[in-house]
Amino acid sequence: MATLTYRDALNQALREEMQRDPNVFLMGEEVGVYQGAYKVSRGLLEEFGPKRIVDTPIAELGFAGVGVGAAMAGLRPVIEFMTWNFAVLALDQIVNSAAKILYESGGQVPIPIVFRGPNGAALQLAAQHSQAWESWLAHIPGLKVVAPATPADAKGLLKSAIRDNNPVIVLEGEMLYNLKGEVPDGEHIVPIGRAEVKRPGSDVTLICHSKTVAVALKAAEQLAEHEGASAEVLDLRSLRPLDEAAILESVARTNRAVVVEEGWPHSGLGAQVVDVIQRDAFDQLDAPVLRVTQADVPMPYNKQLERLAKPSPDRVVAAARRVLYLD
Amino acid sequence: MATATARTASTSAHTELERRMLRQMLLIRRFEEKAAEAYALGKIGGFCHLYIGQEAVGVGSLAALREDDYVISSYREHGQALARGVPANAVMAELFGKATGCSKGKGGSMHLFDAGRRFLGGHGIVGGHIPLAAGIGFAIRYKGGDQVCICYFGEAAVNIGAFHEALNMASVYKLPVIFCCENNRYGMGTAFERVAAVTDVVEHACSYDMAAELVDGMDVLAVYAATERAADRARSGGHPTLLEVRTYRYMGHSMSDPLHGVYRTKEEVEEQRKRDPISQLALKLKEEGALDDAALDALDAEVRAQTDEAVRFAEASPDPEPAELTTHVLAD
Ligand SMILES: Cc1ncc(C[n+]2csc(CCOP(=O)(O)OP(=O)(O)O)c2C)c(N)n1
Ligand SMILES: [Mg+2]
Repeated sequence: MATLTYRDALNQALREEMQRDPNVFLMGEEVGVYQGAYKVSRGLLEEFGPKRIVDTPIAELGFAGVGVGAAMAGLRPVIEFMTWNFAVLALDQIVNSAAKILYESGGQVPIPIVFRGPNGAALQLAAQHSQAWESWLAHIPGLKVVAPATPADAKGLLKSAIRDNNPVIVLEGEMLYNLKGEVPDGEHIVPIGRAEVKRPGSDVTLICHSKTVAVALKAAEQLAEHEGASAEVLDLRSLRPLDEAAILESVARTNRAVVVEEGWPHSGLGAQVVDVIQRDAFDQLDAPVLRVTQADVPMPYNKQLERLAKPSPDRVVAAARRVLYLD
Repeated sequence: MATATARTASTSAHTELERRMLRQMLLIRRFEEKAAEAYALGKIGGFCHLYIGQEAVGVGSLAALREDDYVISSYREHGQALARGVPANAVMAELFGKATGCSKGKGGSMHLFDAGRRFLGGHGIVGGHIPLAAGIGFAIRYKGGDQVCICYFGEAAVNIGAFHEALNMASVYKLPVIFCCENNRYGMGTAFERVAAVTDVVEHACSYDMAAELVDGMDVLAVYAATERAADRARSGGHPTLLEVRTYRYMGHSMSDPLHGVYRTKEEVEEQRKRDPISQLALKLKEEGALDDAALDALDAEVRAQTDEAVRFAEASPDPEPAELTTHVLAD
């Protein structure tokens, strides 16, 4: 096993898949000469040339659409958004073109495409640059959505996404790019649609994904240390399809759950998870399921306010204490 | 002698082509008339945008292209699908929402697909498919092919950002795309000059350093020739072209819109009908002695029979199975 950063794990996935399949290409703003706004594509222009590492104008709608068209004609594009905040300009192409064409063509025209880039808040980037888009995207039939939390999952899920014959949204974390972790050597694939227990436990399940996995792991440590409570951390990894079996299996053992996400509370992804639990694990629950989300406000710039807005280990511990009836 | 023979051969080949185009335009006209009837009877639902008046654009341009070229269009695409050779039965069945439709009844009037004929839809968001055409051109260039992609859209789509983003990228990347703007003067009930600062669509090409041509869309031969030039440009160096084809829609914007409505006059529609593309080509062929009234009547009877058969086929076809509801959401 090699220790890699999340950024380099993504880079490896791109490189390996481009070596494997000549129809895979990367397109986006600053992906080539500049080596990527977050350096995920470092070295790829040198290796694959400008035909396959394609710098674009600042035209999210345009290049997302070019990607979908290229997929319609048999290529396997990877479209990088500098961040998902800007991808909102391309939502028409993601939602109305990529997600619909297979269905409205009666199955004739598959769209094998990856849309990827950083999602959610970084540090003090303020309201327009600090948003988590997963509930918008996971809402759409015809898309798959993944949100890796570790370098190994980043590599394995991006490789699966590139090989998938459908539009796959890969939500990366700007704050995760420097995160180091072990990545298995050789061919490493993580199938889409499988959650993973990142820390086993027996008293409460903390359900999370992407950046909130680290938040939940810290909370689990605190719960063990200060409350003597054993929290299981379940990383969803894939948001559509959702690994309902893994969620239910864990809750059946712990009988309690807290869902942690970076998105806003209203109509958030966590509400979907709660729906699964109340529908299929109602009788196993010993307490209502609680959610920890971003505060229901646009992200403030001020550092202290920003800290208050984000899901934190303290807020997760507080929610876990409530479902454990420790308060 | 040899050159004279060659000339005769090519003249007769050209007459043959013109006859074929006449037949296609007539087929589209009769097909759309049938579609209007079926719509009135409630057999076709939803939005349904007819191509009557604009036949020369789809027919002339597609006659100039090869079978391995790609076609993509807006929701006003019945005519282009037929001109591309999608069987009238499959198109009508799609309008009826039947399992035998070219999109298995799941797309409808606005989403006709025939991947085998490289007819890649029918798209319903104004201008949204223009970047897709650039992407298809990108794939052609990437694979080193010499095909082209033709993309049809209305003049109102020129006001949307997707048009400009796509043209810029097509020009920067030198993509083999023919952007065919069917300027029928109105976007629904809004005359183009009321909402566009630049009313000659061709003018936009200079912003993107792109070749452009203004074409008479009531003259199928002019459309054919301009498309042939654009295709040559695309095949020889991957250069895109913007064609502004001036045409006119005789019917309402969609079936829910009256014939001329309040945004244009009856007189204007009648005036435009005098330049009817089908009558013009029929007249030319008659003057050349290549067609007489009897032959024209026979042709008309033939396409009427074909469209009657399409309606019969659509009517007799089954609805999709209920299980089709959940197929094709994701590919395997
Ligand atoms: C983005 C978007 N806005 C509005 C509509 C509703 N709409 C459908 S067709 C149309 C007019 C388009 O006119 P034009 O592009 O000239 O094409 P034509 O109908 O004349 O062929 C409008 C406003 C739409 N489908 N998409
Ligand atoms: Mg128009």
